[in-house]
Amino acid sequence: MNEISLMPEEQYRRLQQRNAAEVKELWDLLDQVKDPEVPVLSIWDLGILRDVERDGDRIVVTITPTYSGCPAMNTITDDVIAALKTHGYDDVEVKTRLSPAWSSEWMSSSGRRKLRNYGVAPPEDADLDEDGLTPDAHALCPHCGSRNTRRISEFGSTACKALFQCNDCNEPFDYFKKI
Amino acid sequence: MSDAIKAATLEYATRLGDDSVVLGHRISEWVSYGPFLEEDIAYGNVALDYIGRARMFYTYAAELANDGRTEDDFAYMRSDREYRNLLLMEMPKGDFAYSQVRQLFADVYYSLVLPELLKSKDETLSAIAAKGIKETKYHLRRSRDWVLRLGDGTEESHKRTQKAVDALWGYTHELFDMDETEQLLADAGIGVDVSKLHSAWHKQVSDILTEATLNVPDDGWAVRGGRTGYHTENLGHMLTEMQIVHRSHPGCQW
Repeated sequence: MNEISLMPEEQYRRLQQRNAAEVKELWDLLDQVKDPEVPVLSIWDLGILRDVERDGDRIVVTITPTYSGCPAMNTITDDVIAALKTHGYDDVEVKTRLSPAWSSEWMSSSGRRKLRNYGVAPPEDADLDEDGLTPDAHALCPHCGSRNTRRISEFGSTACKALFQCNDCNEPFDYFKKI
Repeated sequence: MSDAIKAATLEYATRLGDDSVVLGHRISEWVSYGPFLEEDIAYGNVALDYIGRARMFYTYAAELANDGRTEDDFAYMRSDREYRNLLLMEMPKGDFAYSQVRQLFADVYYSLVLPELLKSKDETLSAIAAKGIKETKYHLRRSRDWVLRLGDGTEESHKRTQKAVDALWGYTHELFDMDETEQLLADAGIGVDVSKLHSAWHKQVSDILTEATLNVPDDGWAVRGGRTGYHTENLGHMLTEMQIVHRSHPGCQW
């Protein structure tokens, strides 16, 4: 099926930033660093990689947390340093930037596909309710494609996900919340 | 940043960090005791949001203090008299109704405070608020749903929820007190004037309690002291448990 994808403004700006970067090879290299809790997504896919700069010999990498209490940030910091070190960059600083706050809009379109194949429904696979929050039903089941699903819990295996169950194939699945 | 404003901002960031870490720890006490698995996971996630928020406030406080202390020193190396959290946050977890009523009071409070803090001229405080606002929407929906379900539930759940509302109400007045430090920051456009949020909080909470068939208590008595370090006995016990590993193995790394 052909699909014409509309890219959110934020995603487009991120892509432009990456393509215009002086150190494009470092952005490519950091594609190896995955989110430890969703290992199919790189930190680029997820949108938590904000910037990569070279300052003399020093490499400065800026990341942003998805949720305030995201426990993966320390691991990600270590993984960034390790990935750059194996390629000969010994002087690496990882900065955390809080503003602007991370939004699920920043997730790359390939990230959304990978997420669905991994069994997690990406944010756009559910229509939000009137309060702009996760609805109590009808998120698209990543296993069988049914809309006949219901929310079991507002909070799933991690803070960024909610838990759903499909009424047709009976499988439970995570839904990546839109924030 | 002038010295007076800087000192006040350090104190303010510490207070907000204290509120978050104490409430976060209290919520975490439910992990593995939730009424069912999904609820257990939900509560653990809410605890993480609060503890994460505390880390951001403490990291900023440490940066302002610039005296070699880190976020861990703020969380683990201060005694109860040095903590500046609101008393509501330190109340023990009680039964499930008690925890959810406290959560509702806190969630409505943050849904009012954080949008104001977002307007802060201090970029870091504003950025922390921006992250918290989205999370708070989810927290509030959950605590509101629970209070409605428990208040308008069985005779037993109604009785316990009303008891929790009555027991906690006296601790909510302190949430809207201003002192010299916070006034200075509010006037400078850095801090939130919480005194202006009391009526909105009262209205929102009253509407939810009424819908849950619960009585809104009279404002007869009020307990205060958290912001000056005068706590209930509960905080000391909580900190003992929270701090023992860090204090037993100072500087430990793994």
